[in-house]
Amino acid sequence: MSGEQDFGGQDLGGTHGHGQVKPEANEPVFHADWEKRAFALTLAMARPAGWNIDMSRFARENRPSGEYLSMSYYQLWFAALETMLKERDLVSDDEIVVGHALRPPKLVKRVLSPDDVLKVLHRGGPTERDTSTKAAFKPGDTVRARTIDPPTHTRLPRYVRGRQGTIERVIGCHVFPDSNANGAGENPQWLYTVRFDGRELWGAGGDPTVTVSIDAWEPYLEPA
Amino acid sequence: MSGHDHDHHHHHDHDHSELSETELRVRALETVLTEKGYVDPAALDLLIETYEKKVGPRNGARVVAKAWADPAYRARLIKDATPAITELGFAGRQGEHIVALENTPTRHNMVVCTLCSCYPWPVLGLPPVWYKSAPYRSRAVADPRGVLADFGVRLPKDTDIRVWDSTAEIRYLVLPMRPPGTEGWSEDKLADLVTRDSMIGTGLPRRPEDFK
Repeated sequence: MSGEQDFGGQDLGGTHGHGQVKPEANEPVFHADWEKRAFALTLAMARPAGWNIDMSRFARENRPSGEYLSMSYYQLWFAALETMLKERDLVSDDEIVVGHALRPPKLVKRVLSPDDVLKVLHRGGPTERDTSTKAAFKPGDTVRARTIDPPTHTRLPRYVRGRQGTIERVIGCHVFPDSNANGAGENPQWLYTVRFDGRELWGAGGDPTVTVSIDAWEPYLEPA
Repeated sequence: MSGHDHDHHHHHDHDHSELSETELRVRALETVLTEKGYVDPAALDLLIETYEKKVGPRNGARVVAKAWADPAYRARLIKDATPAITELGFAGRQGEHIVALENTPTRHNMVVCTLCSCYPWPVLGLPPVWYKSAPYRSRAVADPRGVLADFGVRLPKDTDIRVWDSTAEIRYLVLPMRPPGTEGWSEDKLADLVTRDSMIGTGLPRRPEDFK
């Protein structure tokens, strides 16, 4: 199954060879005008075009790893924006090339007006959902992150797969990205903070003071 | 991404040529979307202005300063950060579910998103480039003390380092320790000590002596 996928560069935790962290002094919010426009277009188009945050994350990461790693953050945003617009037949490549609409618009959901901007930002997109199911795990339970390798979008980082950790907190029932990214619906699942000892992740010789947590949906976990 | 506009930009490097091409394409796309009536450019301007000028780490600094100055607020923030932060008017996109992480003399918290760049926008604004970069995302979980050293931060060897990988829609805000020598300071004055990096966990707050 996993041989089918041609993406994965986003799953960076614990990988090597990326060099030092280099903070930039007095960094501006944006480094170029096009970054501002790409950012704003992505936010403004989400509702009219009907994509959700998991779809947009997948559109950014869904490319060969070498390509992913060679692109800047807003280059990824813009590439994903183009992809998602084209997938929905809202624009076509020839229109972008000439820089003008060549075909009539499709009917879209409400366009973002200046009056709505602050309201929409303030509302955000909460992901917690009501449920009648009971959480399978409780704080203190020992669990193992499943050894799975989904062929599509997932939020289970590779560096914890197969590793044993402890439930630190039951967060609530939240939209499940593995479904939501594929248009398969929100399929809400119980979400937990799971903490791993650094030595379980990186080997017995590791720093004993380090622990790492992830937030994991129930389908990512099994009792240990 | 193939053009090399050497005629006009022969003093520029390869990256600059690529960026100009990106710039043209972004502009073209915006024109097409505007002509089709899918976007209102005034709404785009307001989105940009909001994150360039209004939403940023000064918001988070106000939250931290209030928590330092007001024990009842601190208790509310630790118990359930989202409503406590909303009390100060900060809420919404990429901060729908916020958790505050309290640093103590024996415990230091550090936040990362190894899978993309999840970050608590309402309190910190948009993330800096290093937070989104491969070096930080790869090393923060495996070698947090090494990453702290890149930021010039050295903690006692026995301090517990708790790294939080934001893999879901929960956003984390580090509540750093109040620096000594700030007794009786106003919230405004305390907020000046709170740096962006101290709320991510890659830095420590300024100390009163840093201003002398």
